[in-house]
Amino acid sequence: MIRRFRHHIAVFFSVIGPGFITAMVDNDAGGIYTYSQAGARYGYLPLWTLLPVMALLVVTQEMCARMGAVTGKGLSDLIREEFGLRTTFFMMAALVAANLTNVMANFAGIASSLELFGISRYVSVPAGAAVVWLLIVKGSYDRVEKVFLFATLLYVAYIAAGFLAKPDWNEALINSVKPVVIFDIGYLQMIIGMVGTSVAPWMQFYLQAAIVEKGVRAREYAESRIEVIVGCIVMTVIAFFIVVACAGAFAGSPRDIKNAADAALGLRALGENAYLLFCAGLFNASLFAACILPLSTAYTVCEGLGFESGVNFRFREAPVFYWLFTLLIVVGAGVILVPGFPLVRMILLSQVINGVLLPIVLIFMVLLVNRRRLMKEWTNSVIYNGVAWGAVIVMIGLTTALAAISLKDLVVP
Amino acid sequence: MADVLFLTELIGLRVYGLKGRVIGRVRDAALVPVVDPFRVDRFLIGGAFTWLSVRHDQVRSITLDGIRLADEQLTPYHDDEYMFRLERDLLDQQIIDAQGRKVVRVTDVTFDVARGEPRDTLRILEVDVGIRSIFRRLAQGVLPPRFVRRLQGPIPPSSIRWEFCNILEADPQRRLRLNITNELLEKMHPADLADIVEELAPGDREAIFKTIDSEVAADALSEVEPEIQASILESLEAEKAADIIEEMAPDEAADILGELEEERSEEILEEMESEPKAEVEELLEFGEDTAGGLMNTEFVALDEAATVAEAIAAFRGNEELLESSSALFLVDGAGRLRASVPLARLFLAAATAPLADLAAETPISTTVNETQERVTELFDKYNLLCLPVVDHAGRLEGVITVDDIVSLLRQS
Repeated sequence: MIRRFRHHIAVFFSVIGPGFITAMVDNDAGGIYTYSQAGARYGYLPLWTLLPVMALLVVTQEMCARMGAVTGKGLSDLIREEFGLRTTFFMMAALVAANLTNVMANFAGIASSLELFGISRYVSVPAGAAVVWLLIVKGSYDRVEKVFLFATLLYVAYIAAGFLAKPDWNEALINSVKPVVIFDIGYLQMIIGMVGTSVAPWMQFYLQAAIVEKGVRAREYAESRIEVIVGCIVMTVIAFFIVVACAGAFAGSPRDIKNAADAALGLRALGENAYLLFCAGLFNASLFAACILPLSTAYTVCEGLGFESGVNFRFREAPVFYWLFTLLIVVGAGVILVPGFPLVRMILLSQVINGVLLPIVLIFMVLLVNRRRLMKEWTNSVIYNGVAWGAVIVMIGLTTALAAISLKDLVVP
Repeated sequence: MADVLFLTELIGLRVYGLKGRVIGRVRDAALVPVVDPFRVDRFLIGGAFTWLSVRHDQVRSITLDGIRLADEQLTPYHDDEYMFRLERDLLDQQIIDAQGRKVVRVTDVTFDVARGEPRDTLRILEVDVGIRSIFRRLAQGVLPPRFVRRLQGPIPPSSIRWEFCNILEADPQRRLRLNITNELLEKMHPADLADIVEELAPGDREAIFKTIDSEVAADALSEVEPEIQASILESLEAEKAADIIEEMAPDEAADILGELEEERSEEILEEMESEPKAEVEELLEFGEDTAGGLMNTEFVALDEAATVAEAIAAFRGNEELLESSSALFLVDGAGRLRASVPLARLFLAAATAPLADLAAETPISTTVNETQERVTELFDKYNLLCLPVVDHAGRLEGVITVDDIVSLLRQS
């Protein structure tokens, strides 16, 4: 009995990684901004959305992880094999566009978090880009994954910042389970934003590829499923603390904030430590996402289109992979240094592209996960399918709404 | 330019009957590999209500403008297990490029159009990968085919000749019917095959190990990453797994079995023949990170009074062992290690010379319980190619070779 338990623990730690990393990167600069804004403007009220967000994440991530473990193939491979090249090509093009803007947002996060420490963006952004590039190109997958897992630990900064903000815990806990809907355009947009940004197309591709890379098999899948679920829970807990920290900090004077750095400044009123922790957390999250996103994009695109991909190849053996990866970093970091670059508009544009792409990805996922030829006895059960389609429809509705709002803001600034 | 046609052009091509009436459009083309692995045997046509099947001998001509038939007696298409359908089974799937030694994804197929009387035939020439074929796929149907051909001109082609393509098929029944063999893989260097196998999905990986020759499988398997080794062995039938393991060097076999769960490795050991089984079991007793866990039990040990001629006789008929050895060992009556003789020294020695005269000046050996770190140090310090391992009484138990050390260092 004890031996079996120890065996399970050992297997759990051997599969830890993909689910955790994916869920944590979901709290990137964009995510932190969304949650900070929610807390700063509406206090504890939006907290109830976090539990449904967690449920949606678990359902989608679980299917991807299962497909990876059972088929041993990435999502882009499966889409290519089952739906053909043209579909794959356009999906990949949209994914590159959406992820490029995501990369930009994260380099902007690096810039603004370090500016709070008094470091110029003309130093921090090129240095950040160089670190990201070297880490991936010169490191092996195992080492890179260890660095990433370490980076996930640093998210604890937000939990500490949450405590230091001295929020009203009673209020926070009640609002976590009590849905409050106010018919206020801003509030509804906020709610849609919180849910809509929580499941992104890149996550599905990244998670499945990482599960395959890790060599998780159908037999060990039970442990992987736990890892994915634990990852989603931890991600939600961190989001909770970000909202709570900002709700506490802005309790006296709720207001709009323009970026995550503004949230950090708001925390300064409560003391230097909360402020520093929030900045450090933002920096870590941005740098982390700036590593994962270009890597994941290059991987996914090359797999789908049939080019050599992976950090185990040399530059000459996998030129498309490395060029795409490098370009995403260079362009993503470069535009942050261009004065007057319309970053906000780019981020809105990325919401629109995500909103168009995600429904297609999710529908393909549920179709694929139900193909018996691929999944054998691991297809969805009838009930699970009901849940999955329900989740997909909710996600489609919300991302479409978010895309529409972003499109409106984009056209009528 | 040779007369070629691409699969993307073929799909959607109009098929004309005897009187110039359009019967339908090509939906797929199929080979029947047991008959001819190159010739397109059937064209599948999407007709008004159902798919029709056109045999290659019912065709008159094939051009970019369409296919003209010589015979209109078409039969409805039924899924035939002997057919390898190019659009369904090959396009967008992974195959192994046996010459380039990598796994590639098929984007298009190039046919050679053999013009002739009474009919034109299509033969598969190569499988296309890379940017040129991606461009062609995307543009086809949007732009006229001749224009697409002109536009793709400047893009360098990237293709694999059909005879070097190894198709992946996990279903053993279907492999047989489609006449898919792994001969190409068996000819590859085991290390290259191992790299390829690591890139494949588990199902395809297992299918390869199930069908290739046990000896090739053993060589390739010992080059594969440990976790993948374990997953492959767990998927095979115990009997086949035992066949493969018997072909491996005992130290490698023991390492692999050590990676498996105990129940499974017992099962495989059960199936093994008694001699290799005993050797492997003995090695399994030693701790993984000791000299005993590293060593190999295949070596040549002779009596200390033996001559060069006896040494050569001992290696004759055992070329494999000769290839992997760099020294032979001299033992006394009780099996205790006395000296080691570098094989290179045999070249210049007379046949009657006693081996003891050729022995290395300082005999270096280690014990079965010595740590890996210490063993590595010895290799480094004395620039060794191999190191004999003895038990507590000084009896020769096995040999550690430099390739074991290289793998060990790479793993850490």
